[in-house]
Amino acid sequence: MGTVFSLDVRAPGIDHTGIDAVVAWLHWVDETFSTYQADSQISRLGRGELAIGQCPPEVREILERCNELETETDGYFSAYAGGALDPSGLVKGWAIQRASEMLAAAGSINHCVNGGGDVQCTGSAAPGTPWRIGIADPLSPGELAGVVAGHDVAVATSGSAERGAHIIDPHTEMRTNALAGVTVVAAQLATVDAYATAAFAMGGRAPAWIESKPGYHALIIYADGRRWTTPNFMAHQ
Amino acid sequence: MKRVLLSVTATILGLVALLGYKTHGQVTTASSGLPSASLPGGSSTTAPADPGSTSSVAPPDPTASTTTASSPTAASGSVVSGSAASTFTGAAESTPYGVVQVRITVVGKTITNVAFAQLTAFDDRSQRINSGAAPILLQETLSAQSANIDSVSGASYTSQGYQQSLQSALDQAGI
Repeated sequence: MGTVFSLDVRAPGIDHTGIDAVVAWLHWVDETFSTYQADSQISRLGRGELAIGQCPPEVREILERCNELETETDGYFSAYAGGALDPSGLVKGWAIQRASEMLAAAGSINHCVNGGGDVQCTGSAAPGTPWRIGIADPLSPGELAGVVAGHDVAVATSGSAERGAHIIDPHTEMRTNALAGVTVVAAQLATVDAYATAAFAMGGRAPAWIESKPGYHALIIYADGRRWTTPNFMAHQ
Repeated sequence: MKRVLLSVTATILGLVALLGYKTHGQVTTASSGLPSASLPGGSSTTAPADPGSTSSVAPPDPTASTTTASSPTAASGSVVSGSAASTFTGAAESTPYGVVQVRITVVGKTITNVAFAQLTAFDDRSQRINSGAAPILLQETLSAQSANIDSVSGASYTSQGYQQSLQSALDQAGI
């Protein structure tokens, strides 16, 4: 998988034990859900070598949530999008959200967890100061398209910039999708991550869909450079 | 390769966490806007790929006392007296959007600091807001030269270069 995770825990901070628990959690998620590992639970489940009842409860939780998301996203999010079972579009955000919750359970009040560009923030960057999460500009690498400020906020981005390192074919991307990138912002990362994935796949239908979701904000950047945001995103704190 | 990346990831996790709580709230790494460990704020990224030389980078947190990155003359692999720390600079890795080069500081077999020797896609000078037709998400940041952000969403394309350079540094350190 190769995702880089970072934990930014600010004052008052927590004991090393809490950090270790989060590290162990992320390893466990990778071992269980990685579609790149043939012997992971999800891979074996996908091949029919395991029944869902033989898997950890988290696997069932993920698959049930995937079913709900498929309905919520009019089918644009699916754990079977590529043919084989692959709930990765939900798993990463869910794992990070859970990691953030574990840090809070360990006593942390202010922290920010980033995994491969999906971000879950809790509390404040400094007393009275919101977290500031930059959004990478998919059309201008190295630049930012904007900054999201918030306290208990989740930010996920889906699009050509995110996948550029793996699928370096910007012309094809532009031909098949009118969107260069979608950033979704709300309180909890698991759904935010899945919604960003779905919204990017929706292409031109994305604005109407995300506007129908109360509490969800979005920045959409089209391949031709046009931008769109949800009506009250600029007031989002 | 996967297992190497996983151990790298775990190392980064533990490392960032270590830096985060050791400094008791001081913003060391993320204040420079990178989603991973320790970018010295405002540092020059003109350091050549030659591991024998370093730019005058220093972590913004003065309490990160075990690093050698604060010494402009510290060469890769040298031992700084008094701290028994060694630095190793990974190979400069090209990504489609810039060069990533990672430097680690090691005490024994423990990584105590990770810094970007080069990260041209994200140095402060290029990190300006695209103010073309962009809607204003936060009015006070659009006009800023430096966004002063804590983390970045959607920037995972630098991860591969980061991991390769970090692995190179780890190999040199024998970890």
